Amino acid sequence: MKRYDLIVIGGGPAGLAAAISAKKEGINEILILERDNELGGILNQCIHNGFGLHTFKEELTGPEYAARFIAQAEELEIPYKLQTMVLDISMSGEDKLVTAMNREDGLLRLTAKTVILAMGCRERPRGALNIPGFRPAGIYTAGTAQRLVNMDGYMPGKEVVILGSGDIGLIMARRMTLEGAKVKVVAELMPYSGGLQRNIVQCLEDFDIPLKLSHTVIDIHGKDRVTGITLAQVGPDKKPIPGTEEEIPCDTLLLSCGLIPENELSDKLGVALSGITSGPVVNESLETNIPGVFACGNVLHVHDLVDYVSEEAARAGQHAARYVQKLSGSAAEQSGAVSGKAAAASDEAAIPVLTEGGVRYTVPQMIRPSCMDDTLLLRFRVGSVFTDCVISAWLNDTCLVKMRKKKVAPGEMQQLMLKKADILAVLNPRNITIKIEEA
Amino acid sequence: MYDVVIIGAGVTGCAIARELSRYKLNILVLEREEDVCCGTSKANSAIIHAGHDAAFGTLKAKMNVAGNAMMDELAKDLDFPFVRNGSLVLCFDEDQLPQLQELLERGRQNGVPGLRIVTGPEMKEIEPAISDEVKAFLFCPTGGIVCPFNMTVAYAENACENGVSFRFHTNVSDIRPLPDCDCWQILSDAGETFETRCIVNAAGVYADVFNNMVSSRKLTITPRRGEYQLLDKKAGSIVSHTIFQLPGKLGKGILVTPTVHGNLLVGPTAENLSDKEALNTTQAGLDEVMTKGRLSVPSLPSNLTITSFAGLRASEAGKDFVLGEAEDAPGFFNCAGIESPGLSSAPAIAVWLAGRISEKLQAPKKENFVKTRRGIPCVAQASPEQLKELLSLDPSYSNVICRCETVTEGEIVNAIRRPLGARSLDGIKRRTRAGMGRCQAGFCSPKVMEILERELSMNPLSVSKSGPGSELLTQTTRAPHTTSGGKQNETI
Repeated sequence: MKRYDLIVIGGGPAGLAAAISAKKEGINEILILERDNELGGILNQCIHNGFGLHTFKEELTGPEYAARFIAQAEELEIPYKLQTMVLDISMSGEDKLVTAMNREDGLLRLTAKTVILAMGCRERPRGALNIPGFRPAGIYTAGTAQRLVNMDGYMPGKEVVILGSGDIGLIMARRMTLEGAKVKVVAELMPYSGGLQRNIVQCLEDFDIPLKLSHTVIDIHGKDRVTGITLAQVGPDKKPIPGTEEEIPCDTLLLSCGLIPENELSDKLGVALSGITSGPVVNESLETNIPGVFACGNVLHVHDLVDYVSEEAARAGQHAARYVQKLSGSAAEQSGAVSGKAAAASDEAAIPVLTEGGVRYTVPQMIRPSCMDDTLLLRFRVGSVFTDCVISAWLNDTCLVKMRKKKVAPGEMQQLMLKKADILAVLNPRNITIKIEEA
Repeated sequence: MYDVVIIGAGVTGCAIARELSRYKLNILVLEREEDVCCGTSKANSAIIHAGHDAAFGTLKAKMNVAGNAMMDELAKDLDFPFVRNGSLVLCFDEDQLPQLQELLERGRQNGVPGLRIVTGPEMKEIEPAISDEVKAFLFCPTGGIVCPFNMTVAYAENACENGVSFRFHTNVSDIRPLPDCDCWQILSDAGETFETRCIVNAAGVYADVFNNMVSSRKLTITPRRGEYQLLDKKAGSIVSHTIFQLPGKLGKGILVTPTVHGNLLVGPTAENLSDKEALNTTQAGLDEVMTKGRLSVPSLPSNLTITSFAGLRASEAGKDFVLGEAEDAPGFFNCAGIESPGLSSAPAIAVWLAGRISEKLQAPKKENFVKTRRGIPCVAQASPEQLKELLSLDPSYSNVICRCETVTEGEIVNAIRRPLGARSLDGIKRRTRAGMGRCQAGFCSPKVMEILERELSMNPLSVSKSGPGSELLTQTTRAPHTTSGGKQNETI
């Protein structure tokens, strides 16, 4: 049976960038498995612009951004299989066994030295939000509505209420408006929006769509099709305040209430998941607790900008390639006796990255200094809005880096650059702490 | 002229249709919705009760115990999921031990096999997740869980194969005796008429309406709402038994049970209403379900709910099932007040009523009755060998449409093409589980809509969630092709 160097699960922005970078790093036997009928993932339905400002220094639409990566993958002759659903990933000795299914090949069983998890995320549905009321047609997650409008060419409704101010919800408020629908209100449970500031301005304010913060939908009306919803203001405990209920007639409720990394396969494989990100716990190499299994993109943690996904995924691809190279190096040395341990860079203890104050999580969650490149981008999100604050990283009692921020919000991902030399300079490293303090 | 018209295509209506189809009879099932299994049968606890609850001698007790005993063979013949996982009735209070003992004795009197009271450390050996507050429980090894959708669909498909006709979107508006012929005329609100020698009233929460059209022995059915929360499969193995609470100070109690598909179901509340369409959930109800569920299983997670729903029990004032021919309306057979344990009792009710009706009509049995039915192949549960065989027969079983439940195009097409096939997203969902997983159809609904359009040559704008009125799309985004566009083409 063929033994791949790398199988990438998912051909969206993360999977593409990871495969491209792994190939450039010098490994050849790569395969991308994609469940949809084209590469590009969710970008294909994101026909608005604003993608690629960081990566290409120009403003692209989602499909344009994807096309650049697809073109690179084609140029590098990276093989991929479309309409292929991965059913299972398991270990077979040190190798990874990927079970997948498609029309052409039927049931596939593929072996690989490394796997990159790049399955993306899914939207939190009505059921998980547990909104009471009827269960009529006309309730969609924002992303499903986006697919219907932008890819299939159908409108899911005419009079719309949007619950949640995540970026897809904001984008869809504008999109539905441009297609002639009336977006009556965007309601957000939290006292701040979960989306990017630029989307609030460009998608709501420019179209006079009201954003009601600290509001939620407490009832859904209509037996067959949505006829309206009840909106209520919530208190600091997020519970509806009696007397603030307002009935809003509408035929559609769009939900943009959070994205959940899609880690069913990872979980089954035994990948340790973070309770906060719902994605794998990874080290500086974006490697999970299972040697040779890496993760990147929205399956690792939900990103705000696709540019960051591409950057992160390229790093995962690089590390996967190095893992493969080390594996073959050590295999040559030991005349064929392959050992995952030999491939792992070292047995040194990883330094845990802890959070303090309003920092919700970091990626990576642990760092092995000797495996670091000269610098490491550490990404994180905060739990609430902070103004005039200082974000800092500490190793034991030594401050590694400090930065001032006018405003940080949960909707926007933050990053800090850590230097390898700074970390190596500290004796007996116990843990790294990321803090946020209001000045 | 029909021999029998059955009003209502829920589990009892379909079961009766199947049992009557053993006889040489001309049978029609009328259903107001677009599919079978659209009322109480689709929103309940999915439990096959052991049969200790109902008082000795009641129809509920008899039919439940008899129905329970039929389930293994029936599930095999009709190919629907059924598991005899056993049930427990928890007692939280020493003072209530006599009531638990009473339940045991009642169960034995009703003919429920294998009942015993368990106390001490053995309780946690049987079910580790139960609360430390449990003082004793009644262990009922014959309790089971079933897929109510597939059970109903299986009955209906088998009835259909054996010659029973079904008419959907048919709302019965009146029933009249026809003079001089011991027959009935049924009118629909669309102006259709159906003539029949016998009627079976299996209309769920509306059974009182139809009974009261023909009989002076009036029935009163109160819709009693039950709200549920369905949890992710991650929570599905928290318990292995169906866990009831002994009715007590806190009311009738909330059950916690695994489902045949590996989810966890918690509910129901019990609230008497007047609106027979009030299938909405409420914040209070959903909260109550989890709070009370945690009395039995303290580890019930609050963040793994994938959906919640409400069902309406058809609760008749007399508290028992109302079965058989109405005394003052010969040929009009009631199957009313079918609340819990209705699902468990349906098989026995159907056999009993079919016996009565065939006797009245002096109908002989068919020689060519087909007693088995095969369900839709299930890719998610197929072994690698079975899967390979299935894929070699039809590669569309390799195209996964619903990622959460691993439901393929082949299964969805099968659900549409089979007798009484699915016509809506919900119809597909009930038959295949596409859309029943943790993303609740976010991913698969556009794809399932496309398959429905293609298979049924439907206008995309008519594809619905659950029949007319619940259309999913309102218009196209692109302007329709204009004549000027056509002219341009001509010039080219």
